[in-house]
This record gives sequence, structure tokens and C-alpha cells, in this order.
Amino acid sequence: MSFFFKQIVIGIQLGSQYVLVALGLTLIFGILDISHFAHGHMYMIGAYLLYILMVLGGVNYWLALIICMAALAVAGVIVERVIYRPLQGSPSINSFIAAIGMILFLEALVRGIQPTSLNVPKPIDRTVTFLGITMEVQRLIVIAGAIIFIVLLQLFIKRTRLGTAIEAMAQDREGAALVGISVSRMSALTFAVATALAAAAAVLMAPVAYIAPEMGSVLVLKAFVIVVLGGLGSIKGAIFGGYLLGILEALAIAYISSAYKDVFAFGVLIIILAIRPTGLFGGREA
Amino acid sequence: MKKYGKPAALFVILAIAIALPLLLNMSRRGKFQIQVFTIAMIWAIATLSLNLILGYTGQACLAHGAFFGIGAYAFAICVERVGINFWPSILIACLVTATLGFLVGLPSLRTKGPYFAIVTLCFNVIVYNVFENWTWLSGGIKGQTVTIPSYLGERWVRYYLVLACLVLVLIIERQIVKSLLGSSLIAIRSNENLTEAVGISSFRNKLLSFTVSCFLVGLAGALFAMEKGSVDTTVTNYLYSFYILIYLLIGGVATLAGPVVGAIGIFYLLERIQSLKEFRFLIFGLILVVVIIYLPMGVVGGIKQFWEWAKDKWGKPAEAPE
Repeated sequence: MSFFFKQIVIGIQLGSQYVLVALGLTLIFGILDISHFAHGHMYMIGAYLLYILMVLGGVNYWLALIICMAALAVAGVIVERVIYRPLQGSPSINSFIAAIGMILFLEALVRGIQPTSLNVPKPIDRTVTFLGITMEVQRLIVIAGAIIFIVLLQLFIKRTRLGTAIEAMAQDREGAALVGISVSRMSALTFAVATALAAAAAVLMAPVAYIAPEMGSVLVLKAFVIVVLGGLGSIKGAIFGGYLLGILEALAIAYISSAYKDVFAFGVLIIILAIRPTGLFGGREA
Repeated sequence: MKKYGKPAALFVILAIAIALPLLLNMSRRGKFQIQVFTIAMIWAIATLSLNLILGYTGQACLAHGAFFGIGAYAFAICVERVGINFWPSILIACLVTATLGFLVGLPSLRTKGPYFAIVTLCFNVIVYNVFENWTWLSGGIKGQTVTIPSYLGERWVRYYLVLACLVLVLIIERQIVKSLLGSSLIAIRSNENLTEAVGISSFRNKLLSFTVSCFLVGLAGALFAMEKGSVDTTVTNYLYSFYILIYLLIGGVATLAGPVVGAIGIFYLLERIQSLKEFRFLIFGLILVVVIIYLPMGVVGGIKQFWEWAKDKWGKPAEAPE
């Protein structure tokens, strides 16, 4: 039984990273209608930045977390300004293709400099035993960190003026523009928040996983699966879907087959989209 | 004079393409270049197939890497394990790919825009995973070798075979685009709802376009397996979907010359700067972003636009307005 519980905890921890990445993606995809496919590669850049700061620069882990989030927030704004802003008004597939260009660029950049995968040391390298389950502390940090960021995001969106402006744009873009919300400033803000969340996920996960140039590509596909299933722009959907996918994946690895785990996740997406072409909860035309 | 300008240009290009291996065969280093051009033309066929579904029908399929690999494997397995002759095997590979394309198209073409791109990309990842893990099918890391008939042993024979296929595919695509089907596809690309409203079944046309596209990319895959002499799991990688997309977009969507120029030009360039290794894709990622922002019709589309603009500006004035 404790084996099963351990898998559940690992699933929640896997899900935590999915939730953080999918939250950013659902904000961008749902609110701005940009299929930001390079989101997973921003996550990858976050992980490498952590490596540079922590291993090469000797910065404290928690300080590195804040620096990474801030730096990636700026990077997100730059990506929005330089790449997606000029594509406004062109078919939505064009921004998808621009994102693929970004993926090739970022992956080649990192792979060209450092082709092999790297390890980041754990800030607290210990294990705890609770109810017969032995766990690495870092896995619990991932879970706790994700919860903190989810709560912070909720507070930001519900309680601050900027956050409510983002929500207003999610509900009705033209209406929001009509009452004087600057759409372009909100786009930049959305990108900043979303990319900072991806950086947080990367920094939390890096010590328990290895970091590699291609770590972002499958992750972003999974995040898309979550976003589409959870409903575009739906924060609740992203949280629910992320944890669910994490737990299902952990159980699939433990009990069925680790080689085919991605096949299950993406197969489910194809089946669901075949039945409901606009996602499980999204009634909107793509 | 003007009337014969275009056929004459095409004739010259074809003549150069036919003469090229003869010239390359003369030098020792040139011999290896023949294979580079052969593979470049195979990619041109794959890019033309993507052009049909993305360029003319407006559906961004990101599974062409998977279908390319399926075509290559279907061909290799037919020749090696089933023991079918070379030519029927190519046809079977195309048919297998087209059938799979039809089956994948049935659910996935109900989705639109980026959703379709995501679904097809997911399919590609699934195919890649299956080929990686199901070693009975894929032959594992070693892959599957292909023995080809002895009369195809020389590089230049295979070059002409691929060239003939490329010309055939170009003619097929031209006929499709000029036909009523082509007009329907372009109408779907411009406005799907309006197309439905005037009584054209957009789903059926999209499915047809997708199936034909898969048939052609299957051909490219089979030719690739023939040229390489073996296939391994990398042919199903979704990176190939991205590469084909890059060839198409940089060359020019919705033109017949664009995919050929894009695929052969970029593939040849990539081979030339092989010493840069990974940094090549850094450059190409950058070019892709710049092209999609500033030159959404690609190089050939850009040249066409410039030509029109130049004719307006410097050419003889058109009929005076009444």
C-alpha cells in the first residue's frame, strides 16, 4: 500500500510542474489566443539559468529562484514584443510557426554550448519518512512551492487591479479595451506572469530531474493537452488537469509501462478532440 | 516572346537538373554531391506534399515526419521481410501511408487551426514513441536494411528516378490545384464557413487533400529508404515535421516553385555548413521567425510580389484607365 501512496505523491509532484507550466500556457493561449508553443523552451532556459547561477555562480537556491523568475519574466515580455506583436492580425497558425522557429533557435543555442544533460544539486539533500513512505525533501518542496504559486496567482488575479484587468480581458477582449484597459500592456503582463511561472516550475523541478536541451518539447505538448482538456483560459481546469495527468502518469509508469506513458497522454487528447473538437470545456471556436 | 517565357525557363531548369549528375560524375568529390541532391529532391517531394495540405488547404499538419517515416518503414518491410518486388513495394508504401493518413484525418480534421497542429504533432510523438519501443517493427537502433535491385546501384540512376518522381509529383499537384478540387481547397483556406455556406463539404475536401498529401509524403519516405539503403527510428522524429515546415515556409507556401526551391536550397545549404553542427538550427530558427513575420509568403512569394511591384513601377503602363 505504501508503494501506491508513494506513487500518488510522485504523481502530485509531477503534476505540480505540469500545473505551473499549464497555468502560464492557459493564460497566454486562452486570453491572448496565441499558441505559444515555445513555452516549454522558456522553462528549459529557466532551468539552465538556475544551473548557471547555482553551480557556476554559487548563488543560494532560493535567491536563484527569484532571479530566474524575474529574468524569465523579462524574457517573456521580450518574446511577446519582438515575435508575437508583429504577428498580430495574421492567421493564428503563423504565431504557432514563429514559436517553432523559437524552439529550434533556443534548443540549438543550448545544445551548441552544452550538449550533455546536467544535474543541479539539491538545496536540502535529505529524505523524510512519513507513514512508511520515504521521500526526498525536494519532491515535497516542489509540491509546496507549486501550491504557494497557485495561491499567489489566484490572489493576483482576484485581488489586484492588474489581475482583474487580465481576467476582464479573458472574458471579453473588446469590452476590456472599451473600458480603457490597454490590451498591449496586458499582453506583456500576461507573458511576464506566465513565463515567470514556467521558470518557477523549472527551478523547483531541476534538482530532482536532470536538465537537458530537449526537456521542454514533450512538456509543452503535455501542457497543451491539459489546457485543451481543462478549457482554454480556465485556471481551475489547468490546475485540475495538471494534477490528474501527473497522478495518472505516475501510476502508468509504476503499473503499466514507462516506455508508452506519453502515448497514453497524447492518445487521450486525440480521442477527446475527435469527439469534441474545441476541447472538453471550451465552447469557443478555435 | 512573353508567352513562351515560362515554359522556356522550366525547360532550362529541367535541362540543368538532367545535366547535373553528368557534370558531377566527372570529379571525384562531385560524385558524393549527387547523393546530396537526390536527398534534397526527396525532401522537395515531402515539402510539396505538405504544401497541398498547409499551403493550399490551410491546415498546418505537423505529422508529416511521422508519415514520412511510415512510408519509409512500409517500403523497407515490404521489400525485406515480405519479399515483394521493388516497384510494387513503393506503391504499397504510398497506399499504406495514405490509408493511415485517412484514418488519422477522420478525427483530427474536425479540429481547426492550432488545435489541428497540436493533434497532428501529438500523433507524431505517438508514432515516434511506438517505433522507438516496438523493436520488432522498427528493428531497434540498428534499424531495417533495404536491398534494392542491382540496376539502382549507381548513384546517378537513383538521382534520375527521384528526379522523375519529383516532376511527376509537381505535375500531379499542378493538376490538383488547377482543378475544381484545388479551387475548393483554396476556398476552405480563405474562409471555411463561407465555403460550407455555398455547398462545398469542407470536411470531405480537407480529408481528400490530407490523404493525397500523405500518399505523396509516403512516396518521399519510400524513396528516402531506397537512397539511404536502411531506415532507423529517427525517420519518424517530429523534428522532420519541423524541417519540412521550414523548407515550405522559407521557400514559399501555396506556390509550386516554393517548396522545391526551399527544400533543395536549404537542404543543400545545411549540408554545406555541416561543420557548424547544432548552430545551424540556431540560424534556421531565426530565419523561420523573420520569414514568418516579414515575408509570410516565403522567398518565392516575395520574389513574385517584388516582380509585380517592379512591373507596376517600371514596366510599361497598363491599359490607361477609361
